Amino acid sequence: MKIDGVGVSQGISVGKTFVMEREGFSNVKRTLSADKISGELKRLEDAISKTRDQLKHFQQKIKNELGDSHAAVFESHVLVLDDPMLIDPAMKMIRIDRVNPEYAISEIFRVYLEKLEKFDDPYLKSRMADFRDVGRRIQMNLAGVEKHPLANLQEKVIIVAYDLSPSETASMDKEKVIGFVTEAGSRSSHTAIMAKALEIPAIVGAPGVTKAIKTGDTVIIDGNRGSVIINPDSETLKEYQAERKKLTLSVHAIEKSRKSAAETLDGIRVRLSANIELPDEIVHVKLHGARGIGLFRTEFLYLYRDELPSEEDSFQVYKQVVSTMSPDSVTIRTLDIGGDKFVSQLNLPQEINPFLGCRAIRLCLQRKDLFKIQLRAILRASVYGTVKLMYPMISGVHELREANIVLEETKAELRTEGIEFREDIPVGIMIEIPSAAITSDILARETDFFSIGTNDLIQYTMAVDRGNEQVAYLYDPLHPAVLRLLKQVIDSAHLNGIGVSMCGEMAGDPIFTPILLGLGLDEFSMAPTDIHSVKNAVRSIRMEDARKLTTEIMELPTSAEIRQYLANIT
Amino acid sequence: MSVVSKEFIVINELGLHVRPAGTLVKLANKFKSHISIQRDDDTIDAKSIMGVMMLGASKGTVLQVKAEGEDAEDAMASIQSLFESGFGELEASADTAGGQV
Repeated sequence: MKIDGVGVSQGISVGKTFVMEREGFSNVKRTLSADKISGELKRLEDAISKTRDQLKHFQQKIKNELGDSHAAVFESHVLVLDDPMLIDPAMKMIRIDRVNPEYAISEIFRVYLEKLEKFDDPYLKSRMADFRDVGRRIQMNLAGVEKHPLANLQEKVIIVAYDLSPSETASMDKEKVIGFVTEAGSRSSHTAIMAKALEIPAIVGAPGVTKAIKTGDTVIIDGNRGSVIINPDSETLKEYQAERKKLTLSVHAIEKSRKSAAETLDGIRVRLSANIELPDEIVHVKLHGARGIGLFRTEFLYLYRDELPSEEDSFQVYKQVVSTMSPDSVTIRTLDIGGDKFVSQLNLPQEINPFLGCRAIRLCLQRKDLFKIQLRAILRASVYGTVKLMYPMISGVHELREANIVLEETKAELRTEGIEFREDIPVGIMIEIPSAAITSDILARETDFFSIGTNDLIQYTMAVDRGNEQVAYLYDPLHPAVLRLLKQVIDSAHLNGIGVSMCGEMAGDPIFTPILLGLGLDEFSMAPTDIHSVKNAVRSIRMEDARKLTTEIMELPTSAEIRQYLANIT
Repeated sequence: MSVVSKEFIVINELGLHVRPAGTLVKLANKFKSHISIQRDDDTIDAKSIMGVMMLGASKGTVLQVKAEGEDAEDAMASIQSLFESGFGELEASADTAGGQV
């Protein structure tokens, strides 16, 4: 049986599964004999106190891994444990109704969550998962399970779940997890980000997997194609094991190629840099031999937490990344939130059409307080290495100017306060809105670099939501309209003497490398794992041929013909 | 033993969501008095995070707070200043949030 989802982290894994129950509450009811009651009360007290210890430990762990403010979320978890609405009724149920603590806990949480369910509030809904988490932890401790099942895996497994909460992924024994498959989630979901950071294959949005797969089933997950094959026949298994071997072999090749230059056969060099989401990913950046970071997304600082990050919090994170990467450059993109990412602390009004709404630079220009805090943190980090600053979602030169005014104000404040920063910090913009691409000749005069975000540029150009299965086929990097926009942007940049990078998925797919080289792209920024194959593509073509091929491709009327053309030359 | 009762309007943008709810619960737990919060027909214990969350009190919600016990007056005074400060959220975000609401 095969289920298709969205492959969000590449590679192939073959192994036994571990299926996570979604609700996870054990609600088996037992009636207690009178002599058992005091023992059961004690058992519940112990479980609660153990849960408290675990949560505190967990809070510390997150604090070390992600910083103070992320850990604050767990404070409310601890409050739940001390809650009179939890303890008192549970004790009463055990004493008077003579039920086992497991049942009491599951009932209390069930009734409670049902009440919360009534509020039509996305923030509250997202928090319900946290409350459920606390209930589950108490039950686990009642059952005497020493560790969260994910922290106590005996063998290497592929995790199958409806969805994974940040707390679940954080408590996971990462050595034992060789893949993820979830029913919910998208490319930008927490699971996807974690899987990429851990470099393990992952598939999200795979419908029905938690029902179709049982713990212990053998599955193949193919992160490249986005498919899950359940209990494969021996032939398929053999095929995949062979393919996996090939990939493993290429891991050795990666080692070898790490130090080789990203240079075409006729000696033209381009820059291959990395996209990262979390500071932890720097390890992979270095491992795969990326030259600097072409896109450091900063949203993680704002997600999964109750409060906005302080300037100091952000500064420490930027400083760590910048100084570790120095002398290579780090392009820090300012907050790109809104759209699909809901930030509770900002209390963003619900939008009918968030992708066309108040997100990224638009939000930052409305919330200059927020923007300034981030700019201050970035400017302060600039003295620790080579920082480039980049604004997302610029639609035209007015927004660039407005953002630069805020930047200049921020610089002036730092100067007055006597705080050091690099005065000459390069400032660039993302080109991801067609209006910016079309006016790139104007924008190029007032900015230091461009970085093309192809995912959004293609979606906006084709007016297609790639997450919508009905129309996803229209999402096409090789559509002549897309290629024309790319050409226009790159040409405008070069006419004005500035460099162009690309940080969308297109940059990390070797199929497109010859065209992008031919169009004159200067820098390719991608997931660290993609560096190797793109480097190979660069090293196996002459720039002269890439240019010729691109000129011919630009004449072709449909992407089908372009694909055919590309297939014929390789 | 004294009993104090007062009406408050939630003025902070986020309403009584997790963080403000946590602040309120932690504060309530500092006092010996029994403190309850009533919204329409629901009355909950202010020392309970689950209870406070269950009120689903968004901006503009009217709440009746009642404190009973030896330190009821002090408790009410503290709770009043917490409500009036918008749960400390005002400085953090509301000044500029005004622009988009």
